[in-house]
Amino acid sequence: MPIELKMPALSPTMEEGKLARWLVAVGDSVRAGDLLAEIETDKATMEVEADEDGTLSEVLVVEGTEGVKVGEVIALMASAGEASPAAERAEPKREMREPAPAAAPRAVQTSAAAATAQPIKPVALPSGGKATPLARRIAAANGIDLNALSGSGPSGKILKIDLGLPPVTPAIRAAAAPAVEPPIAYGPPPDVPHAVIELSSMRKTIARRLSEAKRTVPHFYLSIDCNLDPLLALRQQLNADLAETGVKLSVNDMLMKALAVALAEVPDANVQFAGDRLYRFERVDISMAVAVDGGLITPIIADAANKRLSVIAREAKDLAARAREGKLKPPEFQGGTVSISNLGMFGIKEMLPVINPPQGMILGVGAGEKRPYVINDELTVATVMTVTGSFDHRAIDGATGAQLMGVFKRLVEKPIAMLA
Amino acid sequence: MAEQSFDLAVLGAGPGGYVAAIRAAQLGLKTVVIEREHLGGICLNWGCIPTKALLRTSEIYHTLHHLDEFGLSAKEISYDPKKVVERSRKVAKQLSDGVKFLLRKNKVTVIDGAGKLAGKGRIAVAKDGKAVADVVAKHIIIATGARARSLPGLEADGKLVWTYKEAMVPPSIPKSLLVIGSGAIGIEFASFYRTMGAEVTVVEVLDRILPVEDEEVSAFAHKQFEKQGMKLLTSAKVTKLDKAKDSVTATIEQGGKTTKVTVERVISAVGITGNVEDIGLEGTKVKVEKSHIVVDEWLRTGEPNVYAIGDVVGAPWLAHKASHEGVICVEKIAGLDHVQPLNVLNVPGCTYCTPQVASVGLTEARAKEGGRKVKVGRFPYIGNGKAIALGEPEGFVKTVFDAETGELLGAHMVGAEVTELIQGFTIAKTLETTESELMETIFPHPTLSEMMHESVLDAYGRAVHI
Repeated sequence: MPIELKMPALSPTMEEGKLARWLVAVGDSVRAGDLLAEIETDKATMEVEADEDGTLSEVLVVEGTEGVKVGEVIALMASAGEASPAAERAEPKREMREPAPAAAPRAVQTSAAAATAQPIKPVALPSGGKATPLARRIAAANGIDLNALSGSGPSGKILKIDLGLPPVTPAIRAAAAPAVEPPIAYGPPPDVPHAVIELSSMRKTIARRLSEAKRTVPHFYLSIDCNLDPLLALRQQLNADLAETGVKLSVNDMLMKALAVALAEVPDANVQFAGDRLYRFERVDISMAVAVDGGLITPIIADAANKRLSVIAREAKDLAARAREGKLKPPEFQGGTVSISNLGMFGIKEMLPVINPPQGMILGVGAGEKRPYVINDELTVATVMTVTGSFDHRAIDGATGAQLMGVFKRLVEKPIAMLA
Repeated sequence: MAEQSFDLAVLGAGPGGYVAAIRAAQLGLKTVVIEREHLGGICLNWGCIPTKALLRTSEIYHTLHHLDEFGLSAKEISYDPKKVVERSRKVAKQLSDGVKFLLRKNKVTVIDGAGKLAGKGRIAVAKDGKAVADVVAKHIIIATGARARSLPGLEADGKLVWTYKEAMVPPSIPKSLLVIGSGAIGIEFASFYRTMGAEVTVVEVLDRILPVEDEEVSAFAHKQFEKQGMKLLTSAKVTKLDKAKDSVTATIEQGGKTTKVTVERVISAVGITGNVEDIGLEGTKVKVEKSHIVVDEWLRTGEPNVYAIGDVVGAPWLAHKASHEGVICVEKIAGLDHVQPLNVLNVPGCTYCTPQVASVGLTEARAKEGGRKVKVGRFPYIGNGKAIALGEPEGFVKTVFDAETGELLGAHMVGAEVTELIQGFTIAKTLETTESELMETIFPHPTLSEMMHESVLDAYGRAVHI
């Protein structure tokens, strides 16, 4: 009997993923623990290991296939010692997914012999099937991009209700439905040479989530200038003391700590809007934006208010490094109660970040630069940094946001307080 | 008394409670169900199931009177009311035992007694006035169900004026019967007793029988019942019941006129009232409105970690709605993803009179409220091969679509076996199919289900067999 290799669930919430790459070919013998394939979820790439010894006899899902459901059989393996598994196999149990044009070569191998001859080519499969027929039809009629939505139905299916159109109760229907801005996909300008870059899963997720944020979350922005010199001085002192341990605190580590302590002091800003209720969190989990190849990802420093700076520094370094390698596990980047994004290293003076939904706020950090600064009515020069908080006005009011920014500034300018 | 602790305690083992308990056990919650009377609740012991057993008898009895049509004959057709009731009780007993087995199989603890909330996360259980258990639970689901509503002056006495309970175990079939209320319960009993030979009068306060159904269905059923010899008085009201030794004289007001009808027995089926008394709701934040517990979309009451499901939270008072709410409630407690709140428009309703009535979603009139454009399809039993072969040429299938989107808004059926057919449309609604998937579906021939296909085709001007 061939062993069925199934699409693994790489996190508790994973429903499907992209089979990014096969690391073994048909005919290869495999030992338990060998890496078989790379699976890409919306944010991470992970490797799948073999559970048993055997020979890969047939690949059922070719590399590059997106939307492979968890539990779907992706390949067959002959157990060690079994002679000719492919020949014994009866009719394929599984319905093959057929790419639309007949011309597209099927890259599925049917026997071990043929395997070595033909290279496996990725076949792009059309997306869709993730929405009910009714939702698909209404979305098409209203110009709604289904890829920008997440479904609330069984297995994440997009239902009519997920389209966000007003309910079709007779009374309400009389009022005209608000026009939904159709996301227009413009073609390239004529005669301009260009490359076409297919969106990665990450790019699609960024596009979907940030469109959702800007479309549905009423943002407001509060900027404040902070004198960074006290914090820089403390950092230097701490780093000198920590030198032996190999830990080096970055300014960003200290700003994360300051934000976390400030949120612990102003918990009304550590909230999430959820329709008919708010969630006010009793712990501050900071999602830190990390630029990676092809996008960005927000690994989480959990309970940052209660962590020592050296712990934050070590975790942040490790998370950022693994983020760049695409090796984060979903629980490490899914969740978080607020975000921080720092473009100071690029000399950006001020940034107004987009909220990372469903969170209630994000802090945008600009560069610390020497600026004329008034201290005790005296014009001096100080290292000044402009930070801007973007807030979800459904959950957080101006005064609360201002209070948070004030506490943050106080902590940055008297940083010893955040160590208390 | 030693306290017993659980993740979940369910108060009431009807179709809401026992299904919630089993689902909870499947999800790994340590679960107890507390039941004061019968496992399976009213549905299984005094409702859905035993009435279906009775109606099966009346259906066979009816067919026996029409044997000639099928080339058969029988002499001295008669019935023994005692045996008829005995069979009905046996069926109920068998299924109640089945529930007991299922609960045991799923390792759900069952406590026999009346439970009462006794402080935060605590239920005191008593049997015959004696405390029998002290239950502590993280979550509590109230699934205590409902009972027949009684109107002042028309109270049931169990002898001359019956509720469903007495009507289910008649010592004999009365010669004449007045049924007050033409909802599902009233009409099913009217249908049973009429077929068994009683003179039946039904009084309905609204302007049509089966008032929640589509108007065309009500009108069709009305005609069929009249053909069977039933008397139906709509926009009418029973104002008084005068009881004699073995008969009741009812005063009925209709269109400004007052008439009197004398019958052997009266069945009161004027609605449902929630069982909210004696379960310790006093002093909690559980809110009760019009005898029903107020809950949100996830069946949460005002009291943290106390939930309510089924008949006790209100209409539609249907066993399958209660079961489904139980599952939603428990899955939400267990933190499952993608739990959907109940969509009442996807809850089918079935009435087991002759002809049967089944429906799901909006009636044509409700769909049109507010100016929505609809497409309506109809297909009659007379155009269906299987219906003719069965000797059941009466009835129709009606479908209502949103003209703009092709959404199936409602389906309404009347005729033989429609209660077994409606789930096809319920699946279609739940999966949000449009007319096109329904048209593309292959319906087997020869079956009554072909009428469902034809009705959809008809809505778009494509019916084949009409």
